[in-house]
Amino acid sequence: MSWLARTIRKFAFFAGRDRRNRELEEEMAFHRGLSEQEMMAEGLSADDARYAAARQFGNDARLRDESAGITGLWCETVLHDLRFAVRQLRRNPGFAVTTILVLTLGIGAAVAIFSFVDAALIRPLPYQNPSRLAILYESIPLGPRFHLSYLDYLDWKAQNTVFSSLDVYAPFGFILETPAGSQQADGASVSAGFFRTLGVTPVLGRDLQPSDQQQNQPRTALLSYAAWQRRFGGRRDILGQSVTLDGNPTTIVGVLPRDFHFAPAEPADFWAIERSSGGCEKNRGCHDLFGVARLKPGVTFAAAFADIRRIADNLAREYPDSNRDQKAFMLPLTEAILGDIRPILLLVLTGAALLLVIAAVNVASLLLVRTERRRREMAVRGALGASRIRLIRQFVTEGLLLALASGLLGVALASGAADLLLHLVPKDMLATMPYLEQARPDAAVFAFAAAVSLAAGLFFSLLPALRISLSELREGLAEATRGSSGTVWRRFGSNLVILELAMAVVLLVGAGLLSKSLYRLLHTDIGMVPDHLALLQVAATGHSYDTAPQQVALERKLEARLSMLPGVRSVAFTTTLPLGDGDGTTGFTIVGMPPDKVHREVAFRRVSANYFSTLQARLVSGRWFAEDEGATRQRVVIINQQMATQYFPGQNPLGRQISFDADGKNAMQIVGIVNDVQEGQLDAAPRGAMYLPFLQNPGNFLAVVLRTTQPADALLPAASAAVHQVDPGLAVDRPITMTERLHDSPSASLHRCSAWILGAFATLALVLSVVGLYGVIAYSVSQRTREIGVRMALGAQRSSVYRMILREAGILTLLGILLGLMGSLAAAGLIGKLLFDVHAWDASTLVTVGILLAVAAMLASFLPARRAASVNPTEALHAE
Amino acid sequence: MAKRPDLLPGTLDMLILKTLSRGSMHGYGIALSIKRQSDDVLTVEEGSLYPALQRLLLQGWVKGEWKMTETNRRARYYTLTAAGRRQLGLELTQFEQMIAAIGRVLQDA
Repeated sequence: MSWLARTIRKFAFFAGRDRRNRELEEEMAFHRGLSEQEMMAEGLSADDARYAAARQFGNDARLRDESAGITGLWCETVLHDLRFAVRQLRRNPGFAVTTILVLTLGIGAAVAIFSFVDAALIRPLPYQNPSRLAILYESIPLGPRFHLSYLDYLDWKAQNTVFSSLDVYAPFGFILETPAGSQQADGASVSAGFFRTLGVTPVLGRDLQPSDQQQNQPRTALLSYAAWQRRFGGRRDILGQSVTLDGNPTTIVGVLPRDFHFAPAEPADFWAIERSSGGCEKNRGCHDLFGVARLKPGVTFAAAFADIRRIADNLAREYPDSNRDQKAFMLPLTEAILGDIRPILLLVLTGAALLLVIAAVNVASLLLVRTERRRREMAVRGALGASRIRLIRQFVTEGLLLALASGLLGVALASGAADLLLHLVPKDMLATMPYLEQARPDAAVFAFAAAVSLAAGLFFSLLPALRISLSELREGLAEATRGSSGTVWRRFGSNLVILELAMAVVLLVGAGLLSKSLYRLLHTDIGMVPDHLALLQVAATGHSYDTAPQQVALERKLEARLSMLPGVRSVAFTTTLPLGDGDGTTGFTIVGMPPDKVHREVAFRRVSANYFSTLQARLVSGRWFAEDEGATRQRVVIINQQMATQYFPGQNPLGRQISFDADGKNAMQIVGIVNDVQEGQLDAAPRGAMYLPFLQNPGNFLAVVLRTTQPADALLPAASAAVHQVDPGLAVDRPITMTERLHDSPSASLHRCSAWILGAFATLALVLSVVGLYGVIAYSVSQRTREIGVRMALGAQRSSVYRMILREAGILTLLGILLGLMGSLAAAGLIGKLLFDVHAWDASTLVTVGILLAVAAMLASFLPARRAASVNPTEALHAE
Repeated sequence: MAKRPDLLPGTLDMLILKTLSRGSMHGYGIALSIKRQSDDVLTVEEGSLYPALQRLLLQGWVKGEWKMTETNRRARYYTLTAAGRRQLGLELTQFEQMIAAIGRVLQDA
């Protein structure tokens, strides 16, 4: 008979199984009735006949079971197992709740972190063939990732043989004219082929064209999808609309796809065509662009790098004035975007994995304990005819049921946790990591959650199943063994606890190191006193601030108006605030010294006279600028300590002259040396910087720095209003206090996020492992009750019982801590790169963690030890 | 707890099919018939009979229907199907081959 026909028939049987069971009952009753009659005919009494017939018939239940086994589908038994498992759990609600809670925590944490890892590292970037894209920089002795200049870009584009296309971009802050006044809008300035290089097409309208770059055409720009929704309400008629950016009317010609993002330029609402404005583009020494290129098919990254290096070196030889010591530098696009965040994500994922293992181990030992108690149940079932497979299947069902429930709850927890974690990241930083915002449960995340739950479920099911098959089922029916069969599993449970404690130690050490590193980072010397400083960015566009005298006049007016505000002690200005990206560099020459073999380049800022005193920076030697050191006076400059040591080694720089021109024209005299103010990130290496007086070098972008007597953030609204009172056409942006700028800076935020997350995991791990230790010790005490009773009856003191139990706990704890410390040292490499000013084997952290865990473990063991010591010997001897 | 087989394994199906080839019967009748035909040598334990009947039903070699007995009680009567008849022929042939082979082995000289 064909298998198919049989299966169909089985389904038919299944469908009518209730009726079939009733029919079988009836049939068997009929059969038994006839047997009875036969017996009675042979001379037995009615009762005897009934017994005889029943005995001859055999085991009723077994028969029914076997019939069911033949006709029933396998899933019937699975359903049966499931119902039984659910009933078991409902009968021990404490156990069920504990295990599901613990496992949900573990799974939830792992899935939440994985959703970030998926969004950032696994999901492909929204470009065509992103592995063929690269970001191009110019590297100078100061560092490798600096801007290109326009003329260099043209030469690189023309001379290379390895890129199918090469384009440029520059993050830009535009001044947008709105009915409510001027606002700063984030955007980027890109070359015409930028989006084509990335392989991105607008969802609405058209891409930028080379013809858009001509001067007689209106400027064009593309709109990001989010900006289209947010600023223009998603209007369909957006194409052809004109906005005024930086005073230039710009036509929107297209809208970018919803999932498009380009992290190096984000956040960006407007992507405008890059247009030469007669300034920077003509000067080979003016660097304001980054390059993005697509490799030709078949060209390796190394070959492309070599080619572009060659071109840059040629340019350095051809144009020594501007390009000396400038080399090319290239990074794969994914590396440029994700390189910084990858190690942190992997670290946090490892932490989550450790936590999950601890949770699973905890649940497994709880299950093992329960298995011990169910030995008798298993033995009875075995006697009734259950095969070993059947019992193992029961355990597997229970384990999978727990895992399934926890998995579902864990996924729900994970989405909530993921949102919470995103809140830890400051908004500004999150805007530069647009891929993180797309962390949502998708196929990969669900697959991960399913795989993790399944693995956990199998782990729990097979452990008790192993227990059943290793021992004889019949043993369980006998009187309680004298604890011998428990020792194997007690030891196994203890080993699991040692593992848990070790992993908790690793997590605690990681969290401790990160916290210490964060503390060091936030308290590193930045060369100023950051509290009570209010900051504002002011942009003066429009034609009333084009000339130097107008800009100087604006500065005076702003200073006058702002110093009138109550609570303001001093008002200062700079062109670029400290604790930024440290960019904005320039080359220079030292008058009287021949051009060095190495190109001289430092950061370059234009500041008001009282800038350093407002910041409370320290003067090393010389003087600050004078209030009236204006255009009529001699040109002066203040340099920082790093520049002095680097370019005037062993000499006194005061009185020397430096210049931007190769021939030493327009020289400036060094009048002061300031202790390094951190212009870059908190963990950036020291870099040379020069400061020019604003009055001699004005501009129309200012950052206002206010030293306040009150808390700085209270003053920000008043300060913004004051600026608008001076001129409502000024664009005021990003009011923030210096301490906020410090705490929300990218390096500090990344540190803080990872420290928080790892700290949360470490706390959970500590709790779970200490609870696990408590469980093992308590179980051990319950198993050894009789032994303790015997000891006490033989004269042992209470204190010796205490010592016995505490020694058992102590050995476990010690082993766990030692193993954990070794593990931390082994994993030091993973975390070392992320630490600031802290060694991965920092002794004080390791010792603190060890002591913390030892104390917690001893506290946890104290309770069972006390219970053991208060055992009544006679009761214990009578107990089972 | 293993069953104590009282028949060569696999022959029970054949015996039931053969019994039914003489006419349809209910379960008790089949057991009685086998007992009588074998002169009380073969006793079919009811615990084996009904699972075997379920198996035969599943394979489609017999079909069962509820009828009234002579004593006006409801019982399920099993009838051999065409497929069952074919299967019986197959099993009989196999069995005879088996017996002949065993016999050859047991022969002296």
